[in-house]
Amino acid sequence: MSIALEHVNYVYSPGTAYEKQALRDVSLEIPQGQFVGIIGHTGSGKSTLIQHLNGLTRATSGRILYEGRNIYDEGYDMRWLRSQVGLVFQYPEHQLFEVDVLSDVCFGPKNQGLTQEECEKRAKEALNLVGFPEKYYKQSPFELSGGQKRRVAIAGVLAMRPKVLVLDEPTAGLDPKGRDEILDQVERLHKETGMTVILVSHSMEDVAKYVERIIVMNRGGKMLDGTPGEVFRHYKELEEVGLAAPQVTYVMHDLKERGFDLSPDATTIEEAADEIMRSLA
Amino acid sequence: MEGSESMEMIHAENLVYEYDKRDEDGNIVGTNRAIDGVDIDIPQGSFAAVLGHNGSGKSTLAKHMNAILVPTGGTIWVDGRDTKDPAELWNVRQAAGMVFQNPDNQIIGTVVEEDVGFGPENLGVPTDEIWKRVEESLRSVGMLEYRKASPNKLSGGQKQRVAIAGVIAMEPKCIVLDEPTAMLDPNGRKEVIRAVEKLRKEKKVTVILITHYMEEVIDADQVFVMDGGHIVMHGTPREIFSRVEELKAYRMDVPQVTMLAEELRQRGLDIPRGILRREELVEALCRLR
Repeated sequence: MSIALEHVNYVYSPGTAYEKQALRDVSLEIPQGQFVGIIGHTGSGKSTLIQHLNGLTRATSGRILYEGRNIYDEGYDMRWLRSQVGLVFQYPEHQLFEVDVLSDVCFGPKNQGLTQEECEKRAKEALNLVGFPEKYYKQSPFELSGGQKRRVAIAGVLAMRPKVLVLDEPTAGLDPKGRDEILDQVERLHKETGMTVILVSHSMEDVAKYVERIIVMNRGGKMLDGTPGEVFRHYKELEEVGLAAPQVTYVMHDLKERGFDLSPDATTIEEAADEIMRSLA
Repeated sequence: MEGSESMEMIHAENLVYEYDKRDEDGNIVGTNRAIDGVDIDIPQGSFAAVLGHNGSGKSTLAKHMNAILVPTGGTIWVDGRDTKDPAELWNVRQAAGMVFQNPDNQIIGTVVEEDVGFGPENLGVPTDEIWKRVEESLRSVGMLEYRKASPNKLSGGQKQRVAIAGVIAMEPKCIVLDEPTAMLDPNGRKEVIRAVEKLRKEKKVTVILITHYMEEVIDADQVFVMDGGHIVMHGTPREIFSRVEELKAYRMDVPQVTMLAEELRQRGLDIPRGILRREELVEALCRLR
């Protein structure tokens, strides 16, 4: 029960002037139920990477195993894979199109060939999972606020009952409260359903707060892979590739330099506060 | 105090903006008030930041600062000119340049320097002068070495800096940035904020920054928080970020360092309110040892 990439390479437009290697020998395994963050600057390969996870983009070389089976095997059911690995793109609300919220969320399951009744059941379940209020089910998705639209778009993917949910910058453009609401909801979803969640984000603070493992992409390759504490310990290397550590991590390093007896690995406010209190006690 | 009146870059009194709400057939079913009685003063050469949740009215306010929208009630003066006066339209736009969220929607040239030259060319600036301005503005945002590059090969942060250079080349007194970093990665955000800071310091351009990133406003001279079309909080960053609970009620946040300081204060440490920078927190903690 996992997704595994083995020596995956991906080259754009091979043999032309635009040839570019977007993924370089990427190997990794994500066990079922993990909450993983992927970070990297624009163009580092993180979006290309996630598009491989449900077969949307086909690796130039290497293998991808979903639940132990190579998705590039002849006769492999890609349609099924896409219902198992749900991908929520950036600004997913741009893909809303139906007359009302409920119909929009039904679109995925309808395409899977389910009955109207079953589609609605799943749509309601999905809307419930993202905390979308029932009284707006019949509203046009275009009249909703930015945060609500995004919930509907995420529900559209959840309605297919995926085992893996991949979110590409789900909070881009939202206000701080909207960011917290979406991510809290995703966290709850992860806890309640045991779904694997893969979160692509530009916010180091968000990644540190929510995920248990961080994969850092750079120039198409996997640069670091570990817990937030392990990854952000390398803050100097991260800065060299256009990333950073959460602000609190810097505070901890500054304090250590000033002679505080503490571990500088804290990546969230709570961890940092605990460690500072301990060192002052 | 000398010439205080003429020192205002932006001045608004009881500004109101209403628009019709329509049903699917285009019939008017009511009015929405996106801005509801806003008074603001932004002095020449200062840095003002506007915070507010999605739908709070902050972008609508920004669009009044270069007459993309004109008020339906009250008045806004930009560089002393009433934006409602059609005869002043071009003067207003010349005075206040605008940078938007999505860099891809703002770049039209196929070569960076052409894109930057487009604005002054439209203003009828002589050719020699255009090239001078292009070079100068690209230098000021740190993009001179990319002058011959194709914009679509640039990163988001680089594109946004080209968009800023394009505005600067028109030599505005004021630059209004509406969430310029929302679509950028951390590095891109840093590049853009540094470029804006430099413009402010070196060219004394008035800067109005609308953003969702709290860390970007800690150097502002004044911060406005909008909600429901009103200005609901106004003060220096330190004053504003001392009011954590109030900010959260308006769907805003505080910088993570401020939040850590607040958390430590609540756990009983003697730390002042409104800490904005990591050095301040480190100093405050060192004093406690």
